[in-house]
Amino acid sequence: MSQVLVITSGKGGVGKTTTTANIGTGLALYKHRKVVMVDADIGLRNLDVVMGLENRIVYDLVDVTHGMCRLKQALIKDKRFENLYLLPAAQTKDKTAVTPDQMKKLCEDLRKEFDYVLIDCPAGIEQGFKNAIAGADRAIIVTTPEVSAVRDADRIVGLLEASGFEEPKLIINRIRPDMVKRGDMMNIDDMIDILAIELLGVVPEDEKIVISTNRGEPAVADEYSRAGQAYRNITRRIEGEDVPLMTIEEVEPTFMDKLRMFFGLKARRVKGEGARWTF
Amino acid sequence: MDFLKIFGREDVTSKDIAKERLRLILVHDRANVSPKFLEMIKGQLINIVSDYMEIEEEGMDIKLTRIKKDEETTVPALVANIPIRRMKHLAKI
Repeated sequence: MSQVLVITSGKGGVGKTTTTANIGTGLALYKHRKVVMVDADIGLRNLDVVMGLENRIVYDLVDVTHGMCRLKQALIKDKRFENLYLLPAAQTKDKTAVTPDQMKKLCEDLRKEFDYVLIDCPAGIEQGFKNAIAGADRAIIVTTPEVSAVRDADRIVGLLEASGFEEPKLIINRIRPDMVKRGDMMNIDDMIDILAIELLGVVPEDEKIVISTNRGEPAVADEYSRAGQAYRNITRRIEGEDVPLMTIEEVEPTFMDKLRMFFGLKARRVKGEGARWTF
Repeated sequence: MDFLKIFGREDVTSKDIAKERLRLILVHDRANVSPKFLEMIKGQLINIVSDYMEIEEEGMDIKLTRIKKDEETTVPALVANIPIRRMKHLAKI
């Protein structure tokens, strides 16, 4: 049974597009699901760039909804990942170029062809948001551990509920375990406590996200990326598996590590940066 | 507390401040999301208060606002102005 998921946040810059790219790629990689990622951010498209598919765009979402081309013509097949497709947004139009009814129709058409339809929602709560949620079954809310992002997420929870969405799920993005540890960043429990919605996953701040975006290759395919690991776990949870949320803990450097560091040698580490990161 | 401040150690972490601020912000935000909210409270208040006194429903004023807790902090408060016309005679308990 296919699912239409919308990835939303209210606030901009919290990682909706990165999350969409990684979950989409993750689902295609993990169980070879047939996945389409829809960029609903008309006028400010970016999912194509994050996925490294910007040179292959011929038609876009607006062309499809206006009947300028067939749906299949606008879908870009990702040659690196089997079963992964992108439907890019138009860059020269604005949010009013599409109506919620047209989006609903589009989602229904895509649903027939794909196991998962992921919609990358634009920031804000206006027409773009209304379009993006129109055809979705379920919603994933992305937030970061900041007052502004959590406030906006709460607003989105309210708006989604008012639109009849049941139990939106939360992804906490860009958390920094070191700051959480010294009490300078809200922890997972704090945020769940405030927002009162179910947690889908926690993604740590990771330099590799910047690098993978530079390259146009989603971090979820990078075995050594902490954020990639977090997205792999999220993928499995979406697939219905019960992947426990592990606590984020720093591993104390051992005596030998300290000794090595003292002599300026690189300490031997478990997959990077001296901490056991499990999400 | 002051003792700790002298040594540059504050007893409240910044995440606690963030959480507390968020809580207060969201009280307001959530109340504003649905305009039905205050009407619902108003209706229920009328029901409860009417058991004890006769009130002027037209003169009722209910709003969510902020009041000063102390010099620096304000907290959200539900302020209800309910004009009483007459007290009902109830057996003293």
